Amino acid sequence: MEHLSIATSGIIALLGYGVVFFGLVLLMIVVMILGKVMARSKPAAAPQAAEAAPAAEAEGTAGKIKLFDVPDRDAAMIMAIVANRIGKPLNELRFRSIKEVKDE
Amino acid sequence: MNIGATLLKLWQESGFAAFLAAGGWKNLIMIAVAFVLLYLGIVKKFEPLLLVGIAFGTLLTNLPGSALFHQELWDAYIAGEEGMTFTKIIHEGGLLDILYIGVIAGIYPSLIFLGVGAMTDFGPLLANPKSLLLGAAAQLGVFIAFWGAIMLGFTGPQAASIGIIGGADGPTAIFLTTRLAPELLGPIAIAAYSYMALIPLIQPPLMKLMTTKKERAVKMEQSREVSKTEKIIFPIAVATFVILLLPSTAPLVGCLMLGNLFRECGVTDRLNDTAQNALMNIVTIFLGISVGATTIADRFLSVQTLKIVALGLVAFSISTVGGLIGGKIMYRLSGGKINPLIGSAGVSAVPMAARVSQVEGQKANPSNFLLMHAMGPNVAGVIGSAIAAGFLLAVFGA
Repeated sequence: MEHLSIATSGIIALLGYGVVFFGLVLLMIVVMILGKVMARSKPAAAPQAAEAAPAAEAEGTAGKIKLFDVPDRDAAMIMAIVANRIGKPLNELRFRSIKEVKDE
Repeated sequence: MNIGATLLKLWQESGFAAFLAAGGWKNLIMIAVAFVLLYLGIVKKFEPLLLVGIAFGTLLTNLPGSALFHQELWDAYIAGEEGMTFTKIIHEGGLLDILYIGVIAGIYPSLIFLGVGAMTDFGPLLANPKSLLLGAAAQLGVFIAFWGAIMLGFTGPQAASIGIIGGADGPTAIFLTTRLAPELLGPIAIAAYSYMALIPLIQPPLMKLMTTKKERAVKMEQSREVSKTEKIIFPIAVATFVILLLPSTAPLVGCLMLGNLFRECGVTDRLNDTAQNALMNIVTIFLGISVGATTIADRFLSVQTLKIVALGLVAFSISTVGGLIGGKIMYRLSGGKINPLIGSAGVSAVPMAARVSQVEGQKANPSNFLLMHAMGPNVAGVIGSAIAAGFLLAVFGA
């Protein structure tokens, strides 16, 4: 094959980078729509669960995982140790809450 | 019977005598290269599952007289000589020629993608779809290295194969190179896997250079929980959508998403297990040893190889920078809620690049836990590099 000129190859490079962005942006839109559809189709049982939830969460509760008197750093270590012990990647595990058990 | 003549004949037929023949020193150098690669794989644990196989293939193919791999057969096949088919290669070739058919036909990289799909949890990406933008941004090095390779005198297909090293995805690099520039497969595969193994050394200085301590210390909120249904629909939607957009990505994206569907659909546990364990291991052995076999001394020891190694490093580094720039833009647009370090994970190399983001994030803020957030761009990078390869294949493919 003939050698490409620097200008032509530059245009191909720009076009290629653009195509990658175009493809992934469209995919992002598809995934966002999918997420919205799924969120709408979920049964509306959330308010009841919220009422029943205990109100004694410690400061530092992060998103879905609930931390009770456990600092973030300790929680991260516990999750890493559990993943290591059971031999499963961390991204395959979901921790719902971590609570410190205190001696009376 | 003349014992002297017999001993002389034995000597002349041995591989040792071939080292003293014209060009024999090159084989010695390649054997030394094989030893170094074995050391890096076994002692330093640089991508050992593939590097040990590649290094041993390099050793076997450069032992004079082994006749396991015949470059001349493959040259004739690639040149399209009449009568040169896989059947003829099976009849006339050695063991590694036969295994190499799986590489040149694109079977091994696709089957590896099947296993990668079965091992990958796309949950973090589904929870934060904007991660896909970082996977796209981190393909910058692919196209800059492509441009650089053209400037260094490579042809378009060769430059495309060199550029894809920046995708940090071994199977994709091998797949594209066998299609566009099979003569460069050895150096490109070795450069790609070596740099992937060196990610913990290559990325951190760039991450520190491109971000401030305040940016690196940003703690991100935990992502939402992703439903099982979303995870099942995702591989079907991606395969349909991406293959329609770029049909040349079908072998890679099709296998990646089929493997992921095996994992997520919940009714194919046995297939999922085989795809991510037994099949993956078998194909990894075949791929490693047959790619190593292409590192013939006469071809490998050239200035061209040095250029490829240098361009590969440029590709990796610029891809990392591209991802970090994307991360910094998202940091600004989100009002400081997104840690830009997750951008560098967009170079694929799953999960090592995400681990590097986690380590660097924790250095800046010990309570930082970025791993799951970085997994989103990380798996988006796999799709991004497959799209980049599909584009280059569409432009330069036959």
